[in-house]
Amino acid sequence: MSEQAHATTATYLRIAAILVMLTLIEVGVFYVPTFQALLVPILLVLSAIKFTLVVMFYMHLKFDNRFFAFLFGGPLLLGVAVVVSLLFIFYGALRLRTGT
Amino acid sequence: MGLDSRKMAFWAFIGSECLLFGSLISTYLVYKGRSLTGPYPHEILNIPFTSFSTFDLLMSSLAMVLALAAVQRGDMKQGKLWLLVTALLGLVFLGGQFWEFSHFVREGLGLTTNLFGSTFYVLTGTHGAHVTVGVIWLLTHWVQALRGKLGPANAMTVEITGLYWHFVDVVWIVIFTVVYLIQ
Repeated sequence: MSEQAHATTATYLRIAAILVMLTLIEVGVFYVPTFQALLVPILLVLSAIKFTLVVMFYMHLKFDNRFFAFLFGGPLLLGVAVVVSLLFIFYGALRLRTGT
Repeated sequence: MGLDSRKMAFWAFIGSECLLFGSLISTYLVYKGRSLTGPYPHEILNIPFTSFSTFDLLMSSLAMVLALAAVQRGDMKQGKLWLLVTALLGLVFLGGQFWEFSHFVREGLGLTTNLFGSTFYVLTGTHGAHVTVGVIWLLTHWVQALRGKLGPANAMTVEITGLYWHFVDVVWIVIFTVVYLIQ
């Protein structure tokens, strides 16, 4: 894996177009009542796709040495684990207190 | 491994930033819906306006990769242009955040008004501080380029600035979803 191999300008433009489209879908989904039941999972998936596209193509992680992916991915996974754990701890405690 | 040590160190720094923003996002989510007094998120958040800010930041990321590509191939005319465009788009984002915060304060939402105000301002304010640092960094490169001190030989410094700028963008992608769209 070379450190220098990056995407082409055409790829950057395509990724930008996809990011804008995904953002429009996110905002559209937010306003359509039909999607309210599935709003959270849909938005989280769309957000994760946008996040991945920027990291892989604009931050060149797809083309760079895998050690960089380890340096970024390790703390990122830990950060996500912290968020999920805290939500379980706090909302779990709240549900126990309220009995719901 | 033959890796650039500056780039490696910067990826490690970005990793540590994941933990910083992870803790701030956790705090926001843990206190979500626990404010005892208003204004509440659904009363005050302006989705169309923030969607424009999101679009602005996404376009700034595109401008940043175009700036880096131009510097790497030695096209400094394009490099200067895209660096300036990236910084200006960052300034537009900051202007929008300043307007948003001013509007919220006028609506009665201060840092200590309620749990939503405290967690919202700390999270988005920390992100805004990062954008400010990024804009200053980009303008520094732009001035270097104007003076003829930036070229393919030191493209790595622009690449590292780009890593920082894109990270600021991905953090906003998460904030836009978690804070603004999932109310």
